[in-house]
Amino acid sequence: MSAKNTMISIKGLTKDFGSFRAVDNISFDVKKGEVLGFLGPNGAGKSTTMKMVTGYLPISAGEASVCGFNLEDHPLEAKTKIGYLPEGAPLYGDMTTIGFLNFIAEIRGLLGDLKIKKVTSAIEKLELMSVMNQPIDTLSKGFKRRVGFAQAILHDPDVLILDEPTDGLDPNQKHQVRELILNMAKKKAIVISTHILEEVEAVCTRAVIIAAGKVVFDDTPAKLKKHSSSGSLDDVFRELTQVN
Amino acid sequence: MRNCWVIIKRELGAYFSTPLAYVFIVIFLALSGALTFFMGAFFERGQADLNSFFSFHPWLYLFLIPAISMRLWAEERKTGTVELLLTLPIQTWVIVIGKFVAAWVFIAIALCLTFPLWITVNYLGSPDNGVIFASYMGSLVMAGGYLAIGSCLSAVTKNQVIAFILTAVVCFLFLMSGVELVQSFFQGWAPAFVLEALGSMSFLTHFNTIIRGVIDMRDVVFFGSIIGVFLYVNAAVIDLTRGS
Repeated sequence: MSAKNTMISIKGLTKDFGSFRAVDNISFDVKKGEVLGFLGPNGAGKSTTMKMVTGYLPISAGEASVCGFNLEDHPLEAKTKIGYLPEGAPLYGDMTTIGFLNFIAEIRGLLGDLKIKKVTSAIEKLELMSVMNQPIDTLSKGFKRRVGFAQAILHDPDVLILDEPTDGLDPNQKHQVRELILNMAKKKAIVISTHILEEVEAVCTRAVIIAAGKVVFDDTPAKLKKHSSSGSLDDVFRELTQVN
Repeated sequence: MRNCWVIIKRELGAYFSTPLAYVFIVIFLALSGALTFFMGAFFERGQADLNSFFSFHPWLYLFLIPAISMRLWAEERKTGTVELLLTLPIQTWVIVIGKFVAAWVFIAIALCLTFPLWITVNYLGSPDNGVIFASYMGSLVMAGGYLAIGSCLSAVTKNQVIAFILTAVVCFLFLMSGVELVQSFFQGWAPAFVLEALGSMSFLTHFNTIIRGVIDMRDVVFFGSIIGVFLYVNAAVIDLTRGS
Protein backbone atom coordinates (compact mmCIF):
# COMPACT_ATOMS: atom_id res chain seq x y z
CA MET A 1 0.00 0.00 0.00
CA SER A 2 2.79 2.39 0.90
CA ALA A 3 4.66 1.59 -2.31
CA LYS A 4 5.31 4.84 -4.12
CA ASN A 5 4.27 3.17 -7.32
CA THR A 6 0.65 3.06 -6.22
CA MET A 7 -1.05 5.78 -8.25
CA ILE A 8 -4.70 5.14 -7.52
CA SER A 9 -5.88 3.80 -4.19
CA ILE A 10 -9.55 2.98 -3.61
CA LYS A 11 -10.74 1.73 -0.24
CA GLY A 12 -14.32 0.71 0.49
CA LEU A 13 -15.65 3.12 -2.11
CA THR A 14 -19.44 3.32 -1.99
CA LYS A 15 -22.02 5.44 -3.77
CA ASP A 16 -25.68 5.70 -2.90
CA PHE A 17 -28.26 7.43 -5.04
CA GLY A 18 -31.11 7.72 -2.57
CA SER A 19 -31.84 4.18 -1.48
CA PHE A 20 -30.09 2.68 -4.50
CA ARG A 21 -26.51 1.53 -3.90
CA ALA A 22 -24.74 1.97 -7.25
CA VAL A 23 -21.23 1.16 -6.03
CA ASP A 24 -20.86 -1.14 -3.05
CA ASN A 25 -17.65 -1.19 -1.04
CA ILE A 26 -15.12 -1.43 -3.87
CA SER A 27 -11.41 -1.58 -3.09
CA PHE A 28 -8.40 -1.84 -5.39
CA ASP A 29 -5.08 -0.17 -6.13
CA VAL A 30 -3.59 0.68 -9.48
CA LYS A 31 0.18 0.86 -9.84
CA LYS A 32 2.34 2.69 -12.30
CA GLY A 33 2.70 0.66 -15.50
CA GLU A 34 -0.61 -1.07 -15.04
CA VAL A 35 -3.44 -0.87 -17.55
CA LEU A 36 -6.55 -1.83 -15.69
CA GLY A 37 -9.54 -2.95 -17.71
CA PHE A 38 -12.66 -2.08 -15.79
CA LEU A 39 -15.42 -4.40 -16.93
CA GLY A 40 -19.02 -5.00 -16.17
CA PRO A 41 -22.48 -4.99 -17.68
CA ASN A 42 -24.23 -1.69 -18.30
CA GLY A 43 -25.36 -0.16 -15.04
CA ALA A 44 -22.88 -2.13 -12.95
CA GLY A 45 -21.31 1.05 -11.56
CA LYS A 46 -18.26 1.45 -13.80
CA SER A 47 -18.92 5.06 -14.76
CA THR A 48 -20.06 5.97 -11.25
CA THR A 49 -16.78 4.65 -9.82
CA MET A 50 -14.78 6.60 -12.38
CA LYS A 51 -16.79 9.75 -11.67
CA MET A 52 -15.95 9.47 -7.99
CA VAL A 53 -12.26 8.85 -8.62
CA THR A 54 -12.06 11.90 -10.92
CA GLY A 55 -13.77 14.07 -8.33
CA TYR A 56 -16.98 14.69 -10.24
CA LEU A 57 -19.35 12.80 -7.93
CA PRO A 58 -19.20 13.14 -4.16
CA ILE A 59 -18.23 9.91 -2.38
CA SER A 60 -20.89 8.36 -0.08
CA ALA A 61 -18.51 6.20 1.94
CA GLY A 62 -14.93 4.97 1.77
CA GLU A 63 -12.11 6.89 0.17
CA ALA A 64 -10.21 7.34 -3.05
CA SER A 65 -6.85 8.93 -3.58
CA VAL A 66 -4.76 9.70 -6.63
CA CYS A 67 -0.98 10.03 -6.34
CA GLY A 68 -1.39 10.31 -2.57
CA PHE A 69 -3.99 13.09 -2.74
CA ASN A 70 -7.32 12.22 -1.19
CA LEU A 71 -10.17 13.24 -3.50
CA GLU A 72 -12.21 14.71 -0.67
CA ASP A 73 -9.46 16.59 1.16
CA HIS A 74 -7.30 17.71 -1.76
CA PRO A 75 -9.53 17.57 -4.86
CA LEU A 76 -7.59 20.21 -6.83
CA GLU A 77 -4.20 18.54 -6.36
CA ALA A 78 -5.66 15.15 -7.26
CA LYS A 79 -7.34 16.57 -10.36
CA THR A 80 -4.07 18.01 -11.67
CA LYS A 81 -2.67 14.45 -11.73
CA ILE A 82 -5.60 12.98 -13.67
CA GLY A 83 -6.42 12.96 -17.35
CA TYR A 84 -10.07 12.03 -17.80
CA LEU A 85 -12.13 11.13 -20.83
CA PRO A 86 -15.76 11.12 -19.67
CA GLU A 87 -18.27 8.74 -21.23
CA GLY A 88 -19.33 9.95 -24.67
CA ALA A 89 -16.46 12.47 -24.73
CA PRO A 90 -18.45 15.68 -24.11
CA LEU A 91 -16.81 18.70 -25.76
CA TYR A 92 -17.58 22.36 -26.39
CA GLY A 93 -19.02 22.08 -29.89
CA ASP A 94 -18.81 25.79 -30.66
CA MET A 95 -15.02 25.85 -30.21
CA THR A 96 -12.43 24.83 -32.76
CA THR A 97 -10.17 21.88 -31.99
CA ILE A 98 -7.17 24.10 -31.35
CA GLY A 99 -9.22 26.64 -29.37
CA PHE A 100 -10.58 23.89 -27.16
CA LEU A 101 -7.19 22.29 -26.51
CA ASN A 102 -5.69 25.70 -25.73
CA PHE A 103 -8.50 26.34 -23.25
CA ILE A 104 -7.88 23.04 -21.45
CA ALA A 105 -4.12 23.70 -21.44
CA GLU A 106 -4.62 27.13 -19.88
CA ILE A 107 -6.91 25.78 -17.15
CA ARG A 108 -4.25 23.14 -16.50
CA GLY A 109 -1.79 25.96 -15.92
CA LEU A 110 0.26 25.46 -19.09
CA LEU A 111 1.31 28.81 -20.47
CA GLY A 112 3.39 30.33 -23.27
CA ASP A 113 5.85 28.02 -25.03
CA LEU A 114 4.98 25.08 -22.81
CA LYS A 115 1.33 25.36 -23.84
CA ILE A 116 2.22 25.44 -27.53
CA LYS A 117 4.55 22.47 -27.09
CA LYS A 118 2.05 20.31 -25.21
CA VAL A 119 -0.90 21.17 -27.46
CA THR A 120 1.15 20.51 -30.59
CA SER A 121 2.35 17.20 -29.23
CA ALA A 122 -1.20 16.11 -28.37
CA ILE A 123 -2.41 17.13 -31.83
CA GLU A 124 0.39 15.14 -33.43
CA LYS A 125 -0.20 12.05 -31.32
CA LEU A 126 -3.86 11.93 -32.25
CA GLU A 127 -3.39 13.14 -35.84
CA LEU A 128 -5.71 16.10 -35.49
CA MET A 129 -3.73 18.42 -37.78
CA SER A 130 -6.35 18.34 -40.52
CA VAL A 131 -9.19 19.48 -38.26
CA MET A 132 -7.29 21.96 -36.10
CA ASN A 133 -9.34 24.97 -37.13
CA GLN A 134 -12.70 23.27 -37.54
CA PRO A 135 -15.50 23.76 -35.02
CA ILE A 136 -15.83 20.55 -32.99
CA ASP A 137 -19.55 20.33 -33.87
CA THR A 138 -18.66 19.69 -37.50
CA LEU A 139 -16.29 16.77 -36.76
CA SER A 140 -17.07 13.09 -37.21
CA LYS A 141 -17.56 10.88 -34.17
CA GLY A 142 -14.07 9.42 -34.49
CA PHE A 143 -12.45 12.85 -34.56
CA LYS A 144 -14.53 14.02 -31.60
CA ARG A 145 -13.40 11.04 -29.57
CA ARG A 146 -9.79 11.79 -30.49
CA VAL A 147 -10.17 15.43 -29.45
CA GLY A 148 -11.50 14.17 -26.11
CA PHE A 149 -8.52 11.86 -25.85
CA ALA A 150 -6.11 14.67 -26.73
CA GLN A 151 -7.67 16.78 -23.99
CA ALA A 152 -7.07 13.98 -21.47
CA ILE A 153 -3.37 13.39 -22.26
CA LEU A 154 -2.51 17.05 -22.89
CA HIS A 155 -0.76 17.68 -19.58
CA ASP A 156 0.98 14.28 -19.57
CA PRO A 157 -0.88 13.12 -16.44
CA ASP A 158 0.33 10.32 -14.14
CA VAL A 159 -3.12 8.80 -14.10
CA LEU A 160 -5.38 8.31 -17.11
CA ILE A 161 -9.03 7.43 -16.64
CA LEU A 162 -10.84 6.60 -19.86
CA ASP A 163 -14.54 5.83 -19.87
CA GLU A 164 -15.24 3.70 -22.96
CA PRO A 165 -12.50 5.30 -25.08
CA THR A 166 -13.14 3.19 -28.18
CA ASP A 167 -16.93 3.20 -28.09
CA GLY A 168 -18.28 4.11 -31.52
CA LEU A 169 -14.94 4.05 -33.30
CA ASP A 170 -14.24 2.03 -36.44
CA PRO A 171 -11.74 -0.86 -36.24
CA ASN A 172 -8.85 1.27 -37.52
CA GLN A 173 -9.50 3.99 -35.00
CA LYS A 174 -9.87 1.42 -32.22
CA HIS A 175 -6.48 0.01 -33.16
CA GLN A 176 -4.97 3.48 -33.12
CA VAL A 177 -6.35 4.28 -29.67
CA ARG A 178 -5.07 0.96 -28.32
CA GLU A 179 -1.59 1.62 -29.73
CA LEU A 180 -1.64 4.98 -28.04
CA ILE A 181 -2.61 3.46 -24.70
CA LEU A 182 0.12 0.82 -24.98
CA ASN A 183 2.71 3.48 -25.79
CA MET A 184 1.86 5.44 -22.68
CA ALA A 185 1.33 2.45 -20.41
CA LYS A 186 4.82 2.21 -18.90
CA LYS A 187 4.89 5.68 -17.42
CA LYS A 188 1.32 5.91 -16.17
CA ALA A 189 -1.46 4.16 -14.35
CA ILE A 190 -4.32 3.73 -16.78
CA VAL A 191 -7.91 2.69 -16.11
CA ILE A 192 -10.13 1.86 -19.07
CA SER A 193 -13.76 0.98 -18.80
CA THR A 194 -15.13 -1.08 -21.61
CA HIS A 195 -17.44 -3.91 -22.43
CA ILE A 196 -15.43 -5.04 -25.40
CA LEU A 197 -13.64 -8.09 -24.04
CA GLU A 198 -11.11 -8.43 -26.83
CA GLU A 199 -9.88 -4.99 -25.85
CA VAL A 200 -8.98 -6.26 -22.41
CA GLU A 201 -6.85 -8.97 -23.97
CA ALA A 202 -5.23 -6.50 -26.34
CA VAL A 203 -4.19 -3.74 -23.94
CA CYS A 204 -4.83 -4.56 -20.30
CA THR A 205 -2.43 -6.05 -17.78
CA ARG A 206 -5.23 -6.56 -15.31
CA ALA A 207 -8.98 -7.02 -15.40
CA VAL A 208 -11.45 -5.98 -12.74
CA ILE A 209 -15.02 -7.07 -13.27
CA ILE A 210 -17.84 -5.51 -11.31
CA ALA A 211 -21.48 -6.51 -11.21
CA ALA A 212 -24.24 -4.77 -9.28
CA GLY A 213 -21.68 -2.47 -7.68
CA LYS A 214 -19.40 -5.24 -6.34
CA VAL A 215 -16.03 -6.52 -7.52
CA VAL A 216 -16.48 -10.10 -8.74
CA PHE A 217 -13.08 -10.65 -10.37
CA ASP A 218 -9.65 -9.02 -10.08
CA ASP A 219 -6.69 -10.64 -11.83
CA THR A 220 -4.86 -10.82 -15.16
CA PRO A 221 -6.80 -11.30 -18.43
CA ALA A 222 -5.01 -14.65 -18.89
CA LYS A 223 -6.36 -15.92 -15.56
CA LEU A 224 -9.78 -14.67 -16.54
CA LYS A 225 -9.64 -16.81 -19.63
CA LYS A 226 -8.67 -19.88 -17.64
CA HIS A 227 -11.79 -19.46 -15.56
CA SER A 228 -13.88 -20.59 -18.45
CA SER A 229 -14.23 -24.13 -19.65
CA SER A 230 -14.68 -23.00 -23.24
CA GLY A 231 -11.76 -20.55 -23.11
CA SER A 232 -13.96 -17.69 -24.25
CA LEU A 233 -13.94 -14.40 -22.39
CA ASP A 234 -17.59 -13.82 -23.24
CA ASP A 235 -18.59 -16.95 -21.37
CA VAL A 236 -16.65 -16.08 -18.22
CA PHE A 237 -18.03 -12.59 -18.31
CA ARG A 238 -21.56 -13.95 -18.47
CA GLU A 239 -20.92 -16.49 -15.70
CA LEU A 240 -19.42 -13.89 -13.39
CA THR A 241 -21.91 -11.11 -13.89
CA GLN A 242 -25.19 -12.94 -14.15
CA VAL A 243 -25.11 -14.32 -10.62
CA ASN A 244 -27.51 -12.44 -8.45
CA MET B 1 -7.68 34.56 -10.62
CA ARG B 2 -5.93 33.46 -13.82
CA ASN B 3 -8.30 30.52 -14.16
CA CYS B 4 -11.24 32.88 -13.83
CA TRP B 5 -9.87 34.89 -16.74
CA VAL B 6 -9.49 31.72 -18.83
CA ILE B 7 -13.18 30.93 -18.22
CA ILE B 8 -14.26 34.49 -19.05
CA LYS B 9 -12.27 34.36 -22.28
CA ARG B 10 -13.82 31.06 -23.33
CA GLU B 11 -17.35 32.16 -22.50
CA LEU B 12 -17.06 35.48 -24.33
CA GLY B 13 -15.59 33.63 -27.29
CA ALA B 14 -18.59 31.28 -27.23
CA TYR B 15 -21.01 34.23 -27.47
CA PHE B 16 -19.32 35.68 -30.50
CA SER B 17 -18.61 32.39 -32.29
CA THR B 18 -22.36 31.74 -32.54
CA PRO B 19 -25.10 34.02 -33.92
CA LEU B 20 -26.35 34.46 -30.33
CA ALA B 21 -24.32 37.60 -29.68
CA TYR B 22 -25.31 39.33 -32.89
CA VAL B 23 -28.99 38.42 -32.63
CA PHE B 24 -29.08 39.61 -29.04
CA ILE B 25 -27.32 42.90 -29.72
CA VAL B 26 -29.46 43.73 -32.77
CA ILE B 27 -32.69 42.95 -30.92
CA PHE B 28 -31.60 44.81 -27.82
CA LEU B 29 -30.70 47.93 -29.83
CA ALA B 30 -33.82 47.78 -32.01
CA LEU B 31 -36.18 47.29 -29.07
CA SER B 32 -34.57 49.86 -26.80
CA GLY B 33 -34.61 52.37 -29.66
CA ALA B 34 -38.21 51.66 -30.59
CA LEU B 35 -39.38 51.85 -26.98
CA THR B 36 -37.53 55.13 -26.39
CA PHE B 37 -38.91 56.90 -29.43
CA PHE B 38 -42.43 55.47 -29.71
CA MET B 39 -43.53 54.37 -26.26
CA GLY B 40 -41.26 56.76 -24.37
CA ALA B 41 -42.10 59.76 -26.57
CA PHE B 42 -38.47 60.87 -26.59
CA PHE B 43 -39.07 63.89 -28.88
CA GLU B 44 -42.52 64.86 -27.65
CA ARG B 45 -41.33 65.18 -24.07
CA GLY B 46 -38.99 67.92 -25.20
CA GLN B 47 -36.57 67.23 -22.38
CA ALA B 48 -32.85 66.72 -22.72
CA ASP B 49 -32.55 63.50 -20.78
CA LEU B 50 -32.59 59.76 -21.39
CA ASN B 51 -35.37 58.89 -18.96
CA SER B 52 -37.57 57.56 -21.73
CA PHE B 53 -34.69 55.22 -22.64
CA PHE B 54 -33.77 53.94 -19.20
CA SER B 55 -37.27 53.56 -17.80
CA PHE B 56 -37.89 50.64 -20.16
CA HIS B 57 -34.77 48.73 -19.15
CA PRO B 58 -36.34 46.76 -16.30
CA TRP B 59 -38.94 45.45 -18.76
CA LEU B 60 -36.53 44.85 -21.60
CA TYR B 61 -34.19 42.90 -19.32
CA LEU B 62 -37.10 40.83 -18.06
CA PHE B 63 -37.06 38.68 -21.18
CA LEU B 64 -33.69 39.50 -22.79
CA ILE B 65 -31.51 38.57 -19.81
CA PRO B 66 -33.11 35.16 -19.22
CA ALA B 67 -32.34 34.52 -22.90
CA ILE B 68 -28.65 35.06 -22.14
CA SER B 69 -28.55 33.34 -18.77
CA MET B 70 -30.60 30.24 -19.64
CA ARG B 71 -27.70 28.58 -21.44
CA LEU B 72 -25.03 29.28 -18.80
CA TRP B 73 -25.40 25.97 -16.93
CA ALA B 74 -28.38 24.18 -18.46
CA GLU B 75 -26.50 23.72 -21.72
CA GLU B 76 -23.41 22.36 -19.96
CA ARG B 77 -25.55 19.90 -18.05
CA LYS B 78 -27.40 18.81 -21.17
CA THR B 79 -24.28 18.20 -23.26
CA GLY B 80 -22.31 16.71 -20.37
CA THR B 81 -19.48 19.23 -20.63
CA VAL B 82 -20.14 20.11 -16.99
CA GLU B 83 -18.43 16.81 -16.13
CA LEU B 84 -15.39 17.86 -18.11
CA LEU B 85 -15.37 21.28 -16.47
CA LEU B 86 -15.79 20.04 -12.90
CA THR B 87 -13.05 17.42 -13.22
CA LEU B 88 -10.52 20.07 -14.25
CA PRO B 89 -8.36 21.47 -11.44
CA ILE B 90 -10.50 24.55 -10.84
CA GLN B 91 -12.92 25.45 -8.03
CA THR B 92 -16.65 25.58 -8.72
CA TRP B 93 -17.00 29.16 -7.53
CA VAL B 94 -14.30 30.33 -9.93
CA ILE B 95 -16.30 28.88 -12.83
CA VAL B 96 -19.53 30.43 -11.50
CA ILE B 97 -17.93 33.87 -11.29
CA GLY B 98 -16.18 33.49 -14.64
CA LYS B 99 -19.39 32.60 -16.43
CA PHE B 100 -21.31 35.39 -14.70
CA VAL B 101 -18.70 38.04 -15.45
CA ALA B 102 -18.50 36.99 -19.11
CA ALA B 103 -22.26 37.33 -19.50
CA TRP B 104 -22.18 40.65 -17.68
CA VAL B 105 -19.41 41.99 -19.90
CA PHE B 106 -21.45 40.89 -22.89
CA ILE B 107 -24.46 42.87 -21.67
CA ALA B 108 -22.20 45.84 -20.95
CA ILE B 109 -21.06 45.70 -24.59
CA ALA B 110 -24.68 45.71 -25.77
CA LEU B 111 -25.43 48.61 -23.42
CA CYS B 112 -22.41 50.59 -24.66
CA LEU B 113 -23.65 50.21 -28.23
CA THR B 114 -26.65 52.40 -27.36
CA PHE B 115 -24.24 55.37 -27.38
CA PRO B 116 -25.89 56.98 -30.46
CA LEU B 117 -28.80 57.89 -28.16
CA TRP B 118 -26.42 59.67 -25.84
CA ILE B 119 -24.92 61.53 -28.80
CA THR B 120 -28.41 62.41 -30.04
CA VAL B 121 -29.53 63.87 -26.74
CA ASN B 122 -26.29 65.85 -26.41
CA TYR B 123 -26.73 67.17 -29.96
CA LEU B 124 -30.33 68.24 -29.33
CA GLY B 125 -29.83 69.81 -25.92
CA SER B 126 -27.59 69.95 -22.93
CA PRO B 127 -28.50 67.05 -20.66
CA ASP B 128 -26.99 66.30 -17.27
CA ASN B 129 -24.35 63.79 -18.33
CA GLY B 130 -23.72 62.89 -14.71
CA VAL B 131 -27.27 61.60 -14.41
CA ILE B 132 -26.93 59.71 -17.71
CA PHE B 133 -23.69 58.09 -16.53
CA ALA B 134 -25.30 57.12 -13.23
CA SER B 135 -28.25 55.67 -15.11
CA TYR B 136 -26.00 53.58 -17.33
CA MET B 137 -24.22 52.27 -14.24
CA GLY B 138 -27.54 51.62 -12.52
CA SER B 139 -28.85 49.78 -15.55
CA LEU B 140 -25.72 47.62 -15.67
CA VAL B 141 -25.90 46.80 -11.97
CA MET B 142 -29.57 45.88 -12.31
CA ALA B 143 -28.70 43.69 -15.30
CA GLY B 144 -26.18 41.97 -13.01
CA GLY B 145 -28.99 41.21 -10.55
CA TYR B 146 -31.17 39.67 -13.26
CA LEU B 147 -28.18 37.74 -14.55
CA ALA B 148 -27.23 36.27 -11.17
CA ILE B 149 -30.82 35.06 -10.69
CA GLY B 150 -30.76 33.61 -14.22
CA SER B 151 -27.39 31.89 -13.76
CA CYS B 152 -28.57 30.31 -10.52
CA LEU B 153 -31.82 29.04 -12.01
CA SER B 154 -30.03 27.78 -15.11
CA ALA B 155 -28.09 25.40 -12.87
CA VAL B 156 -31.34 23.94 -11.54
CA THR B 157 -32.35 22.31 -14.82
CA LYS B 158 -30.99 20.68 -17.95
CA ASN B 159 -33.71 22.31 -20.00
CA GLN B 160 -32.98 25.80 -21.30
CA VAL B 161 -36.65 26.64 -21.86
CA ILE B 162 -37.48 25.83 -18.24
CA ALA B 163 -34.50 27.92 -17.14
CA PHE B 164 -35.79 30.83 -19.26
CA ILE B 165 -39.32 30.70 -17.86
CA LEU B 166 -38.22 30.24 -14.22
CA THR B 167 -35.84 33.17 -14.53
CA ALA B 168 -38.42 35.43 -16.14
CA VAL B 169 -40.97 34.63 -13.42
CA VAL B 170 -38.56 35.10 -10.50
CA CYS B 171 -37.19 38.33 -12.01
CA PHE B 172 -40.77 39.52 -12.52
CA LEU B 173 -41.54 38.92 -8.84
CA PHE B 174 -38.42 40.83 -7.80
CA LEU B 175 -39.25 43.60 -10.21
CA MET B 176 -42.83 43.96 -9.07
CA SER B 177 -42.53 43.20 -5.37
CA GLY B 178 -43.09 46.87 -4.54
CA VAL B 179 -46.10 47.18 -6.79
CA GLU B 180 -49.79 46.80 -5.94
CA LEU B 181 -50.12 43.60 -8.02
CA VAL B 182 -47.79 41.64 -5.75
CA GLN B 183 -48.37 43.59 -2.54
CA SER B 184 -52.15 43.09 -2.63
CA PHE B 185 -51.58 39.36 -2.51
CA PHE B 186 -49.97 39.74 0.92
CA GLN B 187 -52.08 42.59 2.27
CA GLY B 188 -54.61 41.60 4.86
CA TRP B 189 -52.81 38.60 6.24
CA ALA B 190 -49.07 39.32 6.26
CA PRO B 191 -47.67 41.60 8.98
CA ALA B 192 -46.62 45.09 7.95
CA PHE B 193 -42.88 44.39 8.18
CA VAL B 194 -43.24 41.60 5.61
CA LEU B 195 -44.93 43.99 3.20
CA GLU B 196 -42.22 46.52 3.84
CA ALA B 197 -39.45 43.97 3.37
CA LEU B 198 -41.04 42.81 0.14
CA GLY B 199 -41.37 46.37 -1.07
CA SER B 200 -37.71 47.02 -0.34
CA MET B 201 -36.74 44.01 -2.51
CA SER B 202 -38.22 45.66 -5.58
CA PHE B 203 -35.81 46.12 -8.48
CA LEU B 204 -38.09 48.82 -9.82
CA THR B 205 -37.92 51.00 -6.69
CA HIS B 206 -34.13 50.76 -6.50
CA PHE B 207 -33.62 51.35 -10.19
CA ASN B 208 -35.94 54.36 -10.23
CA THR B 209 -33.92 56.17 -7.57
CA ILE B 210 -30.74 55.50 -9.56
CA ILE B 211 -32.09 56.86 -12.85
CA ARG B 212 -33.19 60.01 -11.09
CA GLY B 213 -29.45 60.55 -10.73
CA VAL B 214 -29.26 59.67 -7.04
CA ILE B 215 -26.60 57.03 -6.44
CA ASP B 216 -27.58 55.87 -3.00
CA MET B 217 -25.24 53.33 -1.44
CA ARG B 218 -28.28 51.36 -0.35
CA ASP B 219 -29.30 50.71 -3.96
CA VAL B 220 -25.81 49.63 -4.95
CA VAL B 221 -25.55 47.39 -1.88
CA PHE B 222 -28.99 45.98 -2.68
CA PHE B 223 -28.05 44.87 -6.20
CA GLY B 224 -24.62 43.78 -4.98
CA SER B 225 -26.19 41.52 -2.36
CA ILE B 226 -28.65 40.07 -4.87
CA ILE B 227 -25.70 39.16 -7.10
CA GLY B 228 -23.69 37.77 -4.20
CA VAL B 229 -26.50 35.68 -2.73
CA PHE B 230 -27.65 34.20 -6.02
CA LEU B 231 -24.12 33.33 -7.17
CA TYR B 232 -23.46 31.68 -3.81
CA VAL B 233 -26.63 29.60 -4.20
CA ASN B 234 -25.62 28.95 -7.82
CA ALA B 235 -22.36 27.27 -6.72
CA ALA B 236 -24.24 25.26 -4.09
CA VAL B 237 -26.82 24.12 -6.66
CA ILE B 238 -24.05 22.93 -8.98
CA ASP B 239 -22.48 20.86 -6.23
CA LEU B 240 -25.86 19.39 -5.34
CA THR B 241 -26.87 18.49 -8.89
CA ARG B 242 -23.58 16.87 -9.90
CA GLY B 243 -24.19 13.70 -11.79
CA SER B 244 -27.97 14.00 -11.96
